[in-house]
Amino acid sequence: MDSFHIKETPTVYDVAIVGSGAGGGMAAYMLAKAGAKVVLLEAGGYFDPADPKYITQLKWPYESPRRGAGTTRAFGDFDAAWGGWQIDGEPYTAAAGTEFHWFRSRMLGGRTNHWGRISMRFGPDDFRRKSLTGVGDDWPITYDDLAPYYDRVDKLIGVFGSKEGMRNEPDGHFLPPPKPRLHELLLQKAGKGIGIPVIPSRLSILTKAINNERGQCFYCNQCNRSCQAYADFSSSSVLCIPAVKTGNVTLINGAMCREVLTDPQTGQATGISFVHTGTLQEHTVRAKAVMLGASACESARILLNSKSARHPDGLANSSGVIGKYLNDSTGASRSAFVPALMDRVRYNEDGVGGMHVFTPWWLDNKKLDFPRGYHIEYGGGMGMPSFGYGMNMENMNGKYPYKNGQTLPAGGYGSRLKEDARRFYGAYIGMAGRGEPVPLESNYCEIDPTKVDKYGIPTLRFNYKWSDYEVKQAKHMQDTFEEIISSMGGIPLGEKPGPNTNHGYGLEAPGKIIHEVGTVRMGNDPKRSALNAFQQAHEVKNLFVVDAAPFVTQGDKNVTWTILASSMRTSEYLIDQVKKKNI
Amino acid sequence: MKRRDSLKALTLSSLGMAVGPAEAAVPAPPDKKVPLKVPGGRQAFEAERDAKLNAEKFFTPAELKTVTLLCDIILPADAKSGSASQAGVPAFIEFMMKDQPANQTPMRGGLAWLDNQCRKRFSKPFADATKAQQIEMVDLIAYPQKATPAMSQGVAFFNLMRNFTMTGFYTSKMGIEDLGYMGNTPNNWDGPPEAVLKQYGLLK
Repeated sequence: MDSFHIKETPTVYDVAIVGSGAGGGMAAYMLAKAGAKVVLLEAGGYFDPADPKYITQLKWPYESPRRGAGTTRAFGDFDAAWGGWQIDGEPYTAAAGTEFHWFRSRMLGGRTNHWGRISMRFGPDDFRRKSLTGVGDDWPITYDDLAPYYDRVDKLIGVFGSKEGMRNEPDGHFLPPPKPRLHELLLQKAGKGIGIPVIPSRLSILTKAINNERGQCFYCNQCNRSCQAYADFSSSSVLCIPAVKTGNVTLINGAMCREVLTDPQTGQATGISFVHTGTLQEHTVRAKAVMLGASACESARILLNSKSARHPDGLANSSGVIGKYLNDSTGASRSAFVPALMDRVRYNEDGVGGMHVFTPWWLDNKKLDFPRGYHIEYGGGMGMPSFGYGMNMENMNGKYPYKNGQTLPAGGYGSRLKEDARRFYGAYIGMAGRGEPVPLESNYCEIDPTKVDKYGIPTLRFNYKWSDYEVKQAKHMQDTFEEIISSMGGIPLGEKPGPNTNHGYGLEAPGKIIHEVGTVRMGNDPKRSALNAFQQAHEVKNLFVVDAAPFVTQGDKNVTWTILASSMRTSEYLIDQVKKKNI
Repeated sequence: MKRRDSLKALTLSSLGMAVGPAEAAVPAPPDKKVPLKVPGGRQAFEAERDAKLNAEKFFTPAELKTVTLLCDIILPADAKSGSASQAGVPAFIEFMMKDQPANQTPMRGGLAWLDNQCRKRFSKPFADATKAQQIEMVDLIAYPQKATPAMSQGVAFFNLMRNFTMTGFYTSKMGIEDLGYMGNTPNNWDGPPEAVLKQYGLLK
């Protein structure tokens, strides 16, 4: 075998899909079920949450020599994401004075294997922020366009929640939500006193079985490890593996996409060029249509790298918009100690992976000094200890008297520390705001003119700065956190994050919330957008983007459910266009 | 290094060549390693890294002895559970020093600081001092708000030791049982027990 030659597969597939996360997984599932011959390219390895080879679920901290610390995985040894913000041989850069952290998960199912399963629909207002506030842009579609697909995603994948009838938090087809944990009941009570709603969360976890292929949640609190019973939504178990089982999908793992190939005459996409990460062999696959679901930044990178005489600025990029309007959720957090929760009665309160209650955006931005809302996520409870548990006791144990009424100086040693660990267990809560940023043209990723990754593929350079809108939003979050903590009788931990903390009021760096969207915008005007209202390239009719890159905004809603609904819609549009012989 | 050897090294390195061009063109012979068994849930590179770290030693026998003494002063056995060393905490700390090397200098230096203080006070390193002397020393550095400024490095070191001992113990089987964590097992969640709801005035 001559490794200097490019290996070309003789098959011409109906569709080549790049990426197997929520967007690519849904497209593969829909197209395979419709009978199309699909090649699914995934840069990472194979992953099946039910295969003991990959299972970390139900392991104990002492089964890890570092007790689950995040030395090689950002979220700890047991987290299901292979990859992280830094991957050996796959660098990226940021322009001076700007910052972006790019989390990648190289595996079947991508980042869906470890995500928070927060599955909210966008509301009607989320599609028309410019009309409502004068800031930002509207989507080329409305809630009504996407609602039928949200309905179908709810039923196909499963999501629990409660019917609340809130106008911009549309209800779905919900499975029963789990009952709140103790600290969550106290949060609900605290919220009631100060007019902050605390309602059942909306997570794609099966509190009831919905079919014979997937089991029911058994309440281990470990969705971030990906569920061996397939009771949570991971694209690997719920979409990709069933898609492959149809016999219509050829899955290629280790396929790092270099570029989309095009016909120099027609300009249409003809396939994908990729390098195999294991053999470093160059390959091409041919297809009648191409769908990118590689993640917002990766899909932008692929298009910008797909240069040809006909497409000198990258594929589908005459508008020059690709890479621009990159935006991540805002994030800020605070934790607290709740004296009333000391010396708790012990019982198993693991529950589902994540919060059982949350706070949707409840205020009117017209009355505030920032234009977009946020929701609040809550943590707490008698969870499984892992690396970090019991540290910094010297900041706590001098402040509160022991059972015998005695207070001892902070720190110390001996059996009192065992009493400390026992009395403080389950007495902490945490809360985190996740907010909508205003997408800006000046926040973008581009091809770094001098750098390549280990496969020789030019890498991304980021340019990202938060604006005053996001900083003011973070300030509001911090004020709200203290209000909730105080209403609950809690004591906030550490200093209140002020204007000079992080990026202002504890605002996390761009990319840290891992909700990046917006880099291959959809719109009705080809001069200002790369894709039309069906996420189809204006200039290349057989090219589609099915991750969050097309999204004009991201609401404060966590975009996965919208990726799934949009990818389903785009997949059906492609099938329809093929039937009508338009593609 | 002999002068002649260093000259030889200088010549090669100043030419930017560690080996001659003819040698470099010959591929190295294949490494005949026994393939490592990757435990479930680990990536191959992680398993290799863990195996490599486990084969290395960080603490000297004398350091490990002091670490073990400190661990058991911090968390001794009581009526409910055993001591930190009985829960395997010193071995955990040894691993963490290699896994997160930023801790190495504070730990090694802290142990040296401690021995130096003990030599000044008791003419012996910490491990050879009497139990009463060890406690006398620990009392000077275990209470951040009471310690004198002269002890500040010792306070930082003892905080580090306390942190690793606590987290090592409470992530061990023994520590988790002591804490009373009852999860990590399939079950059916139906809200907090009624007695708990009653205790917090949450019964409807």
